[in-house]
Amino acid sequence: MAKIIVVTSGKGGVGKTTSAAAIATGLALRGNKTVVIDFDVGLRNLDLIMGCERRVVYDLVNVIQGEAGLKQAMIRDKRSENLHILPASQTRDKDALTLEGVEKVLMDLSEEFDYIICDSPAGIERGAQLALYFADEAVVVTNPEVSSVRDSDRILGLLSSKSRRAEQNREPIKEHLLVTRYNPNRVDDGDMLNLDDIREILAIDLVGLIPESEAVLRASNQGVPVIHDDKSDAGQAYADTVSRLMGEDVPLRFQSVQKRGLIARMFGGGGRR
Amino acid sequence: MRLLDFLKGERKKSASVAKERLQIIVAHQRGHRGQPDYMPMLEQELLAVIRRYVKVDQDAINISLDSDNDCSVLELNVTLPNEGETVKG
Ligand SMILES: Nc1ncnc2c1ncn2[C@@H]1O[C@H](COP(=O)(O)OP(=O)(O)O)[C@@H](O)[C@H]1O
Ligand SMILES: [Mg+2]
Repeated sequence: MAKIIVVTSGKGGVGKTTSAAAIATGLALRGNKTVVIDFDVGLRNLDLIMGCERRVVYDLVNVIQGEAGLKQAMIRDKRSENLHILPASQTRDKDALTLEGVEKVLMDLSEEFDYIICDSPAGIERGAQLALYFADEAVVVTNPEVSSVRDSDRILGLLSSKSRRAEQNREPIKEHLLVTRYNPNRVDDGDMLNLDDIREILAIDLVGLIPESEAVLRASNQGVPVIHDDKSDAGQAYADTVSRLMGEDVPLRFQSVQKRGLIARMFGGGGRR
Repeated sequence: MRLLDFLKGERKKSASVAKERLQIIVAHQRGHRGQPDYMPMLEQELLAVIRRYVKVDQDAINISLDSDNDCSVLELNVTLPNEGETVKG
């Protein structure tokens, strides 16, 4: 039985797709059979971040409507044989997804994989609700910014009421906070919410802290999930996040301003590689 | 640094303003969590009916639904104005 993890946030542009790609890749690199599904029907992006956009033939909607099999639609990752991508449709709209269809796809994938990562669309409407409905765990991606924190709280409300686990009165979805685009310099200046404030307001367990990083744009330009850039701050922060998702206890990094030594600066090591 | 802050005037840091605002809004959202979807409409319509008879503010009405296993209670709180301010005497 696979573990189903939804990467969600309410607000758009906070780093869901970046995080879903990094987490799925990290789980696969650690030896888990992993599939990552793009639920953003009509606006697919995960294929670009994963660098497989030219190999998309069929998509999630084709599978649900019986026009293609799962095996035909899934794309095997170039770098990790444990990793598969199931892209979203670019042409249909989100009404093409049905609850029964999504359930069937997840059930079939469950037999073959250890982890199923669902990259949610923005919003709290149907598309986002379908992406989270069958989840066992949720990674709630949050930026240190008022509208993102408020929307994350709305999503927590949905997770605890509009999911299958909630409706069947089963053990609730395990909620994880992932704070991304964190800038310790601005936190020090008093112009950005700090990590403890966000944790206090949302009151769920922290699974990771990803700094604002130049490595993320570089990674998306190249179509290589940032976790492969293991010299970068964001890459390392995502690797820590994956370890915690797998139940390991690793210390938190990148919370305070990095004091870079002269040598590091001269040779361009660390986050600015 | 202190001196700099002093010279700039003791402005409240924007992050602490953000935190205070979020604490209020999140507490409010959590109060409404798990309520049926019709609650906001019900609240509006009840308010409209009450306003036909009494002059009350938009925020003078507060409704909530509490349920346990076999019984639900709909609680309605309306703050009425002083006498003499009714619409129809
Ligand atoms: N840690 C980060 N540092 C810098 N930029 C980031 C970071 N995380 C995400 N971004 C950028 O933010 C934008 C939105 O990210 P994306 O993952 O597409 O968000 P979402 O899927 O939530 O809409 C992208 O341009 C991405 O490169
Ligand atoms: Mg996205």
